[in-house]
Amino acid sequence: MGYTKRNDGRKFDETRPIEAKAGIIKRADGSAYFKMGKTVAYAAVYGPREIHPKFLQNPTKGKLRCYYNMMPFSSVGDRVRPGANRRAKEIAMVTEKALLPVVDLGKFPNSVIDVFIELPQTDAGTRCAGICAASIALADAGILMNDMVAAVSIGRVDDKLVVDLDYSEESYEGGTVADIPIAVISRTGEISLLQMDGNLSREDLKKAVEMAKKSCIKIDKIQRDALKNKYEVKK
Amino acid sequence: MSIEQKDHILGFLEKGIRFDGRKLDEYRPITVERGFSENAEGSARVTIGDTEVLAGVKMSIMEPYSDTPDEGTMMINAELLPLSNPDFEPGPPGIQSIEIARVVDRGIRESKAIDTKKLCLKKGEKVWSITVDICPINDDGNLFDASALAVLAALQDAKFPSYDGTVIDYKKKTKESLPLKKLPVSCTVIKIGNHFIVDPTNEEEKKVDSRLTVEVEENGTLCALQKGGDKPLTAEDIDKMVGIGIEKSKELKKFL
Repeated sequence: MGYTKRNDGRKFDETRPIEAKAGIIKRADGSAYFKMGKTVAYAAVYGPREIHPKFLQNPTKGKLRCYYNMMPFSSVGDRVRPGANRRAKEIAMVTEKALLPVVDLGKFPNSVIDVFIELPQTDAGTRCAGICAASIALADAGILMNDMVAAVSIGRVDDKLVVDLDYSEESYEGGTVADIPIAVISRTGEISLLQMDGNLSREDLKKAVEMAKKSCIKIDKIQRDALKNKYEVKK
Repeated sequence: MSIEQKDHILGFLEKGIRFDGRKLDEYRPITVERGFSENAEGSARVTIGDTEVLAGVKMSIMEPYSDTPDEGTMMINAELLPLSNPDFEPGPPGIQSIEIARVVDRGIRESKAIDTKKLCLKKGEKVWSITVDICPINDDGNLFDASALAVLAALQDAKFPSYDGTVIDYKKKTKESLPLKKLPVSCTVIKIGNHFIVDPTNEEEKKVDSRLTVEVEENGTLCALQKGGDKPLTAEDIDKMVGIGIEKSKELKKFL
């Protein structure tokens, strides 16, 4: 049998509809909105600013600090209890690692760049949406970057590899599922986030990474367009 | 805020104007958008000028409290997200978020806006529990009024999920709305020097001497009050501020 048709009718290599906006939170130094299907992420960047407590200050380079939070009403079913749980802390950490290679922290000694990611509505793929939003927000904040980062989750649903899993696919019951969030640095094509849960063959992983790189080229364009949209001089 | 800037605000107020050109008793443009969320049982996005607040309703079934065996429960919570303001820090709710949540809660609870008896499924055993969460996206002042408006709009928007007596199917919403009897509106009046203003921006909030949040029912009755700020108020001040609150609440009511 296998997974022959996607639940929402998408092609296997097609992401959900994406919408991106830059600079939507005025108080922040940089911000972004990133929507992928029903999953919505906001990101705000504050800084570079002085880091406290003082012993965290590093005179040779700055620090990138990410936070990830699902709003209490963001999911179907039970309310999400507020506050950082272990999952949120881990996602914040991998988000940091995903963005770190493109941010030039050598230019910001003794400082911190805070990135806050908030999710008002979730339907799987939240960490990827968060990373996409954060990358736009960092650029919007004018942080020195040598590249941008895009991310997408590749899934294996039964016998098929699919791009941008939604929740109905993540919880597919007709066979086994693997979820592989991947972040790609746009110009170099390097991978800065790779996680996987489920089970996956070596061959499939190879294919999954290629699929992610292909999708991320499209996502990267949407991210750049969002920034251009804000900064381009309208004639 | 520097002393110079404080003097500057005061100088402007003497002339009856504000930095953004508004009159002292004028709100910034308000928008209310209901149902932004597909997953929450009810939701609303409120903007007042650049201030933007989300509120979402979640419902579940629980055992009633023993002193009110035939009444459902309601809880309001606020998370002052660090994404919305450089001064907010991550971590457990600070005193500021607790105050906002409790003041909004009080307005709704004390006016008996929700008919909690109608939330009872089986006396002593099962009642609906309603939780509303407030999440600001951008804080440019007056989170109190924006939050109160967002919570009420979200409650108006909420629909019960389908329930067959044993399990709740959150994916299927019924057409049944919450038993809302009243719509209390919150208007926060600020005193700076000898001047009273409404709807302060973040800049103005830093200069506040005292603050009075006035929650008003449709017929003009007060259902909750909360004084804030470091300076005291005279009885005259309070009367004036309440008067402004009642007057302005009529404008806000139009958004519900």
